[in-house]
Amino acid sequence: MSAPLLVVDNLHIAYRGDKGDVTVVKDFSLTLGSAETYGLVGESGSGKSTAAFALLGYLAEGGRIVSGSIKVNGAEITTLDEEGLRRLRGGDIAMVYQEPASALNPVLTIGRQLVEARLAHRPGSKAQALADAADMLTKVSIGDVQAMLRRYPHQLSGGQAQRVVIAMALLAEPKLLVLDEPTTGLDATVEAGVVDLIGELARKIGMGLLYISHNLALVGRICERVGVMYAGRVVEEGSTRDIFGRPRHPYTQALIACRPAVTEGTASRRLTVIPGQPPAPGIHIEGCAFVPRCPHAVPGRCDQAAAIAVKTLAGNHFVRCARADDDLAIAAVASEAETRPLPGPEVIRIEHLSKAYLPRNAFGLARRVDLAQLPKANDDISLSVRQSEILSVVGESGSGKSTLARILIGLEEASEGRVLLLDQDVARRRAWRRPRSLLRALQMVFQNPDSTLNPSHKVGAIIGRAVKRLGQIQGRQAITARVDELLAQVQLPQSFVGKYPHELSGGQRQRVGIARAFAGEPDIIIADEPVSALDVSVQAAIVNLLLDMQREAGTTFVFISHDLALVRHISDRVVVMFGGRIMEIGRPAEIFAPPYHPYTEALLQAAREGRRKVPAFDPAPPPRTGCRYAGRCPRRIDGLCEIKEPPRQATPDGHVIFCHLSWEQFGAAQTFSEGD
Amino acid sequence: MRTILRRFSPSPSALIGVALIVAWGLVALLAPLIAPYDPSAIDFAAAADPHPSLAHWLGTDSSGRDILSRLIWGARTTFTVVPLAVVSAFAAGILLGVPAGYFGGWFDALVSRLSDVILAFPALIIYIILITALGPSLLNIIIAVTLAYAPGVSRIARGITLALREQDYVAAAQARGESSLYIMFAEILPNARGPLIVDLCLRAGYTVILTGTLGFLGLGLPPPTPDWGGMVVESAHLLPIAWHMAVFPCVAIASLVIGCNLLADGLRKEGLT
Amino acid sequence: MDAGMIRFLLRRIGQFIITFLAASFLLFAVTEFSPGTVASKILGPYAVSSQVDLLTEKLHLGDPLLVRYLRWLGIVAGVVENPLGDPTIGLGLSDPRGNRYVGNFGYSLMLKEPVVDVVGERIGYTVLLTLLAILVIIPVSLAAGVAAGVNPGRPVDRILSMGAVILTSLPEFVVAVALLLVGVVWLGILPGTSPMTQGGRWPLSLQLVLPVGVLVIASASYVLRIVRASVADTMRKPYVRTALLKGLKRRDIILHHVLRNAMIPPITVILLQINWLLTGVVVVESIFAYPGVGSLLLQAALFGDIYLVQALTLLALIVAVGTQLIGDLCYLALDPKIKLG
Repeated sequence: MSAPLLVVDNLHIAYRGDKGDVTVVKDFSLTLGSAETYGLVGESGSGKSTAAFALLGYLAEGGRIVSGSIKVNGAEITTLDEEGLRRLRGGDIAMVYQEPASALNPVLTIGRQLVEARLAHRPGSKAQALADAADMLTKVSIGDVQAMLRRYPHQLSGGQAQRVVIAMALLAEPKLLVLDEPTTGLDATVEAGVVDLIGELARKIGMGLLYISHNLALVGRICERVGVMYAGRVVEEGSTRDIFGRPRHPYTQALIACRPAVTEGTASRRLTVIPGQPPAPGIHIEGCAFVPRCPHAVPGRCDQAAAIAVKTLAGNHFVRCARADDDLAIAAVASEAETRPLPGPEVIRIEHLSKAYLPRNAFGLARRVDLAQLPKANDDISLSVRQSEILSVVGESGSGKSTLARILIGLEEASEGRVLLLDQDVARRRAWRRPRSLLRALQMVFQNPDSTLNPSHKVGAIIGRAVKRLGQIQGRQAITARVDELLAQVQLPQSFVGKYPHELSGGQRQRVGIARAFAGEPDIIIADEPVSALDVSVQAAIVNLLLDMQREAGTTFVFISHDLALVRHISDRVVVMFGGRIMEIGRPAEIFAPPYHPYTEALLQAAREGRRKVPAFDPAPPPRTGCRYAGRCPRRIDGLCEIKEPPRQATPDGHVIFCHLSWEQFGAAQTFSEGD
Repeated sequence: MRTILRRFSPSPSALIGVALIVAWGLVALLAPLIAPYDPSAIDFAAAADPHPSLAHWLGTDSSGRDILSRLIWGARTTFTVVPLAVVSAFAAGILLGVPAGYFGGWFDALVSRLSDVILAFPALIIYIILITALGPSLLNIIIAVTLAYAPGVSRIARGITLALREQDYVAAAQARGESSLYIMFAEILPNARGPLIVDLCLRAGYTVILTGTLGFLGLGLPPPTPDWGGMVVESAHLLPIAWHMAVFPCVAIASLVIGCNLLADGLRKEGLT
Repeated sequence: MDAGMIRFLLRRIGQFIITFLAASFLLFAVTEFSPGTVASKILGPYAVSSQVDLLTEKLHLGDPLLVRYLRWLGIVAGVVENPLGDPTIGLGLSDPRGNRYVGNFGYSLMLKEPVVDVVGERIGYTVLLTLLAILVIIPVSLAAGVAAGVNPGRPVDRILSMGAVILTSLPEFVVAVALLLVGVVWLGILPGTSPMTQGGRWPLSLQLVLPVGVLVIASASYVLRIVRASVADTMRKPYVRTALLKGLKRRDIILHHVLRNAMIPPITVILLQINWLLTGVVVVESIFAYPGVGSLLLQAALFGDIYLVQALTLLALIVAVGTQLIGDLCYLALDPKIKLG
């Protein structure tokens, strides 16, 4: 092994808080060889990003290094002055950021920003720098390099922006590239392309890589070694093989177990849950911080300071667990086949639904235009949902899945088509024009825990209002009783009625949102990405809660998601959407195995780890004619797909695919993708 | 309101601001009790030596009227005009701006264009034209302030509403079939209070400046009413011989406006916006 | 200039014309709402009612408001003859240019002269005063605002910010009293009034110091605060962090990454400030007996000189709307999002 590129020793980082200093990174040590790839995994607040930024000598306002040392190429950087730091940054170490769009200066061209990065450390002519920038853009798979150099950041898609940021970092020829959640917020297929690019570049250029992410599986795809952080500490570190094959810390075990696999179905829908939530920064827990959530914690042992001592297992596998030597069984998934309610009669029937947004003139009035000329958020959607069924709608951003949900719930009107909700057409009836019975029948759980609850209202008032409007309950006492009952159902203490949303964690807010949606005992719940904004370790509990409530009440579920693994796990049927159209409908077993639609195939490949490279592409707006997916489809039949509407092909048991390929051809590409 | 107070951990500038405003408010409230003289009582004997003395702490003006008493009663004038004018401007601005932001469409276009038109006039010119056309009275000053400030308030209210109406809790309320009125004023408006309160403090300060300036330009409330701006203009030409006559009312106005601005600044830093 | 920019500009110009017309209508409506008042204002307080009725008829003041507004527009545009100059009315008003010319705002009732002449004599002084003030305000407030904004929380920021809060709180007339007290009463180095007459004790340059000083103090502090807030906000943007972690020099980061972005929000404020300056001009000119159009507007309003008020307010509207157009041009230059749609 070559001389270490980076040695971090016992780093402690604290932030100034209202009530004194808050230590967010504790005992952080890391040794990274040149050309080594290391993944640092943790949830929000685990301190992973703070630690990563500290490697560049950068701490956000109010932060400081309390103790410890960081050596890059043997030189200490914690004591560097401004000029020394400047040389280090973008020289030996470069960084790639989360949310690439905001990491680029909106008023400067891409070329200008790249040239600047190149010239900051290697003096030369502007022309030479520009040529280097163009080369680098080619290396990160940007198509029209010259056009890209002249563009401004707002003209880029998320995937393009991240490639540009990567190119900018690489222009400094760094020895270590730090990536802070570089693909968070990108669509799955775009994410897969960026991750593949990063792995490939690291191999080719031979630089060190420190990849920060909340996504354990993603990190496992490109890193040789993985560290898992929890509440400011690395709790386990080892080779990727060890971490995934023999995880020893209960937290690592739980993180791996709580994610359903996209590759196989299971008998039970319930997920393995990590109870509770990560401690807020600044809360001191004696001993191991995971104790309150750990199924294996032993009082008197795990809650002692000694519990967090590093124990070396085989080779370079370390763990901070008092019970590292015990054989801790991974909590088994409850696997008894549960009784699922049988699907009943149709409760939602959608026929040829289309939604276009009409342009408005300067006086705010909708202009009369031909609907056929407009891009549509939903385009000729037909499907039905049966009582007690869990129907999932999957697709990337722009697929129209959220628009569909908004039309169902009555936040928007359809432009064309019919939406039968319990046999009444609501396609052009917004919620305020629907009778109380229909409002009660259909409710929604929202995506964003930060905006789902009104910050000015108390939890009790939020749920109480829904009970009053939707549950047929009168009288203050009856309403209060029902609110308490709902809180108990979502497993929150009664005392929460007096709390404001900002006093709650994200998971708790989602629970309140669920209680509100169930207030009127609805027949149908639409859940729009209900867990995607939550920490991984909290997601499973929320999904289980939703499933339990669904099963007990026999509620119909329309589940909007981009998370294929989760969808496979919980759904009765799945609808795959792209560009406002349905591509495929079927049961999970049908969707997740050939024969499938080429787009479904691409989604699955992006979700599976390291099977096959997803072609790099920059999403263009889907065409207006023919198949919406034709522009991106690797199996496009030129002269047909982009012109003619794809035919509907169906099996007798309801598996539907809209595609010009024949049934026998679906999934044929699978054969050569396995061998990679 | 209670949450605002709870979150309002004292920042020094906000505290000074509150102290100044409350102090002047008390003075205005207790004017009849604490003013040593009748503010309009002319005393030519005192005018012979108008400078501050034991009998007249802040001196008298050229007619021998006690400056301290006139300041105290002037506070009462200010604390009548300013709150009424500002509250009326905010009521109008919110009632136009929130629906404009929430509904969009033609109503929004109408309100926005109308705001543009009024905002094209420099504020003081609106007052000068209106007050000279309608005559200086409490009601007319309130009308003028409302007309001049409502467009600005409505723009802020519209902007916040536009952002808040996309929040999921608004969607949840719509999905419950709540009326637009309930959504605008129970779901959206309470969350807009932060920026609006800051703006209210700022505009209250401007209105103090404005009423002072109107008084200074001779467009304030008719003469017997003690008016800070009017006190300055009556005595500005006497600066070389009796500086105190103009300076004390100036200090009064400045301290109250500084109070408003410090409070606004403090509230903004507390993250109310 | 590509098509997108031209379309943007044309749309804005169209909006401004509409705004301007609506504002001028509002102005006309307020000043000439009641026909009887117009006639009695022209004739003065001692006119008898028969005279008022006669004039009302001759000037067609009984027509609907919209008709009168359009006629007024016609007179101003030089399309329609101004009936006030008709010698048969017997007001003794006459204009060497005749009764029909572009910019015909009628006669000042206070000075019995054509409005154009009255305004023409004085406008130069106001332009001089405002330009001088702007020339001081912009560099001073930009420099101080940036100095405070790039050092948030440091002493230089605290001192500048606190000073600015106090100065913005002072009305123009309070600032004027303070400056008069210091410059005139105590030091005796400046004149107390600025009639801009030559040959007296005070040279013109010294006569300008106090009026300009008052405008600068009242406005610069406000602009400073806005610039400071925008710069401090930009300093916290992720792309500034990117620039820092790229290894750029602090000077380059501030010059190339912070300033251009930070200047976009304050443009509106700086230009609105010109609008605000017009307000200050009225006060300052009145205090220092400065012979500009600001004090003239106040006198005209107090006298009930409707035609002079109309002309001067319209002038202010042109400045106000015009500065907004300039603001749009600045946005176009600074923000590629607008330029490129």
